[in-house]
Formats: sequence, structure tokens, C-alpha cells
Amino acid sequence: MARYIVASVDEIPPGGRKIVEVGGISIGIFNLNGEFFALRNRCPHQGGPLCLGKLWGSLEASVPGEFRYSRPGEILTCLWHGWEFDIRTGQSWCEPRRLRTRRYPVSVESGRSLVAEVEAAPSDERVKGPYVAQTYPVTAEGNYLVVEIDG
Amino acid sequence: MVLTEPRLIERPRTRPALIDCDLHNELHGDVAALLPYLPRRWREHVEMFGAHPPAGGYYPRFMDHREDARPPSGRRSGSDVHFTAAHYLDRYNVAYAILIPLSGAGAVQNLELSAVLSTAVNDWQIAEWLDHDPRLRASITIPFEDPPAAVQEIRRRASDRRFVQVQFTGRPHEPMGRRKYWPIYEACVEYGLKVMSHAFGSYGQPITGCGWPSYYLEEHVGPAQAMQANIISMVIEGVFEHFPTLKLVSVENGFAWLPSLMWRLDSAWKLLRAEVPHLKRLPSEYIREHVYLTTQPMEEPHRPRYFLEMLEQHGSVDRIMFASDYPHWDADNPDEAFPIELPPDVERKIFFENAAALYGLG
Repeated sequence: MARYIVASVDEIPPGGRKIVEVGGISIGIFNLNGEFFALRNRCPHQGGPLCLGKLWGSLEASVPGEFRYSRPGEILTCLWHGWEFDIRTGQSWCEPRRLRTRRYPVSVESGRSLVAEVEAAPSDERVKGPYVAQTYPVTAEGNYLVVEIDG
Repeated sequence: MVLTEPRLIERPRTRPALIDCDLHNELHGDVAALLPYLPRRWREHVEMFGAHPPAGGYYPRFMDHREDARPPSGRRSGSDVHFTAAHYLDRYNVAYAILIPLSGAGAVQNLELSAVLSTAVNDWQIAEWLDHDPRLRASITIPFEDPPAAVQEIRRRASDRRFVQVQFTGRPHEPMGRRKYWPIYEACVEYGLKVMSHAFGSYGQPITGCGWPSYYLEEHVGPAQAMQANIISMVIEGVFEHFPTLKLVSVENGFAWLPSLMWRLDSAWKLLRAEVPHLKRLPSEYIREHVYLTTQPMEEPHRPRYFLEMLEQHGSVDRIMFASDYPHWDADNPDEAFPIELPPDVERKIFFENAAALYGLG
């Protein structure tokens, strides 16, 4: 297990993101209203740079002509083909049975003392597919974001 | 915690060089990019009246591009030959790529303007694309609704062998087999050029046979309808009987639908042959011999084995050629385009050999 300091908390404002390269993997770190999430910067569909895509909301409709817009900024759309992924879980929204991108837990550590490792537990109720987001424990030290990946 | 070693970001390149049958070269600033290539009389015309060639799509997503394909210079995606070369041709080991400009010049209603804009597009392709990268080949833009003028343009370009085909829109004013267009096919045969029809291109005809739909998604899955109409027309009107060496390339229309169309045509022909006595062979025989199709965007069955069955239903994979559609939003990544791992001989044919044989490349 290798731990990587990827950013200071101040570096990524709410709604912002930072693409980092750690352990040979490109990962996008996102700040969602103070919560931090990390996803692999590679779309499971055709390998596009997923984390460079637009963030938008969840749009659902029960009947044509009506819509429910919710969770603004929590849906990441791939830069290439627009595949939608839930930024919290890495779960694909278009075809939940097939595609899920890798997700890396991120946390904020304050001070030198190690806070209990935060593992963003999947809150996903959809059918699990072959693509499972890979999660890594993350710690926070001195207001730095630390991602842990297998090394 | 059990961890899996992440895959490398870039897969090691094991795939041999490929031929891409659909690379878009875009006009930076639309018709403004063509002004230097227009005679003064027409430059003033465009400046006074505008040209407004229809780009081809009535739905706004149509001409959207992949954000990462935008050159750092700020030029429009796909409008900078050097960036396209570095960002796409080099990275994906492209041996040859065939340019398909979607200028709309060929379908401008003012036929004189359509002709001079077509000439300008082709001059622009030479000066700003073909002369800068030896891997590029191009499609001749023609004023296809004015066949005598189109033939003039074909003759003008024929000696430059970097032009490998003549470009039709997806939906010309009449189905492509109508005799109006035959002088174009005659010129193609004379010079060994292929006839290519690229999907979309709304110059008045709706994307469906029953009018205009509401959503871009409907347009996006619609071009096969027009291409089927064009193939039926070219076969049944006798184009391939009359021009036995003519080849038609269908770009961006898919290909899974072709076998069922052949079955349907063969059945109907057996019953109705007397109506079209000029046809000497089964419609499917003309199609298998004359019609080539490109991959992107291809049908992706939910069961992988169906994909191989799709290929089998054609009778051979000799008529299917790889296309990326770079830099458009729905472009295929050559390394991940197919829903299954293709058998090596099939992969070689689709990615290189079929196009090499058709266009005389490699």
C-alpha cells in the first residue's frame, strides 16, 4: 500500500477538481461541497479521459415532458462519448449492469495524528457489474489529501 | 483489503498500423476558411449574400466535437492538420486516413455557388491537408445536384491520386440510383474513384421516412434508413449492372442491417423481376460485390457472439472497413472500438487490408 499526497485541501474548491498521476495511474480528485471523491481518469467504455468531462446533475423523468433534476454536480460525464458516472460511487448511470469506473476514496487529514481511515462505502443499490470501482483507504494529514493505492 | 493491480493507462501498442476511412477535416470559421480559395467574383458574392452551406445536421449535437480534440491554438477541433496528426494519427498508429470534409458545399441550392465552393473545398484540402501529411487521402467534394458540374470537378481532381473517392451527402435530393446522378458514376468509373456516402446531411429530406423526429438521439440512429434507401435505389435502378466496376462506400451508417436488407431484396426480386428486367443477378450479389461499409458507429449486440454472427451474415468480412469519425463526439477509439476481441485475420481485414485493397493503399 502506497500513500500519496495529492493536494492540499485549499487547492480544490467546492465544484473543483484536480487530475493527479499516482503510481502510474491517472486519477481525478473532486470536491463535492466539501466531500472529496477520487475516480480513475479512464472511462471503462473506450478509455477516454473521464475526469476531464463535465459535471452535471441527475436528470430523470417518469413521463415524457416532465423531469426531475437533482444532485447537481454529482454526475460526471465522459469527455468523449458522454457516458454518465455517479461521482460518489463510480457507478455508471447509462447501463448500470455493465459499466462502473474505478473509484478511490479520498479523505482530509488534519494534523499529524492519523485519523481513522475513511473508506467511502459504496452506497450503491444497483446490480453489480464486472467493473467494480477499486477503493483505497485515504488519510488526511495537515489538511492534505492523501490517496492510498496498491504499491 | 484485496487489491487488484490497475491496468496501465495506455495499453501497449500491439495492433499493426490501420487505415481510417472516416477522418474529418473541419473548416475553421466555416465558409470564411474558403474565402482565400474563391475567385474574387464569388468571394464578393459570399461576403455580400453569405453562403450558409448547411452543415448537415438539424440537431445541435451533430457537429459537436470531442473537447480534447481542440488544438491548443484555439482553432476548431479537426481544423489543424498538425494537431490532428499528433493527437490522432501518430498516437493510434494510423497508416492512412481518408478525409471527409463536411462542408455542405455540395448541397448549396445556388448551383453555381455549390460548384465554386466545392472547388474551393478541394483546393483547401490540397493546400491545408494533403500537402502536409503523406498519410492523408481525401474525398472529392462535388456539387452532386448538378451532375455536369460535378463531373467537371471530378475531372479537375482525377490526376491527383490522393483523391480516392467522390463524396455524397447521406440524403441527396433523389435516391442515389436515379439516372440524374449517373454521369457522376460514369466519371468515377473512368478514373477509378469510389462513390462514398457519408451519413447525415440534411438538405431538405428528414432523417426518417415519415418526417422529422424530436430528438437528436433519433437522428443519431437514423442514417441507416437513408442508406438503405440509397443502396436499394442503386441496385434496383441498375447502377451496378451498368457500371460493373463501380464501388459504393457507406460511411457512418452501421452495417448490421445489410444482411436483412439483402434477404428482403432477394425475396422481392424473385417475385417482381419482370418489373426490373435490367437486373441480371440477385440484388444481394450486386450488394456483396459493390458495397463497402465502415464501422463507426457500429451495432453492439449485448451478446458478444452475436457480433461475430453479424459479420458472418454478410458472407464475408471483406467489405467492412474501420472508421473512427475523429474528431467528432462519437468517435471510436481504434483500440477499444469493437465489443469483442476480433479473430486476428478479421482484425487485419477490417483495420487495414479491405481498405488497402479498395483504395489501392499500402
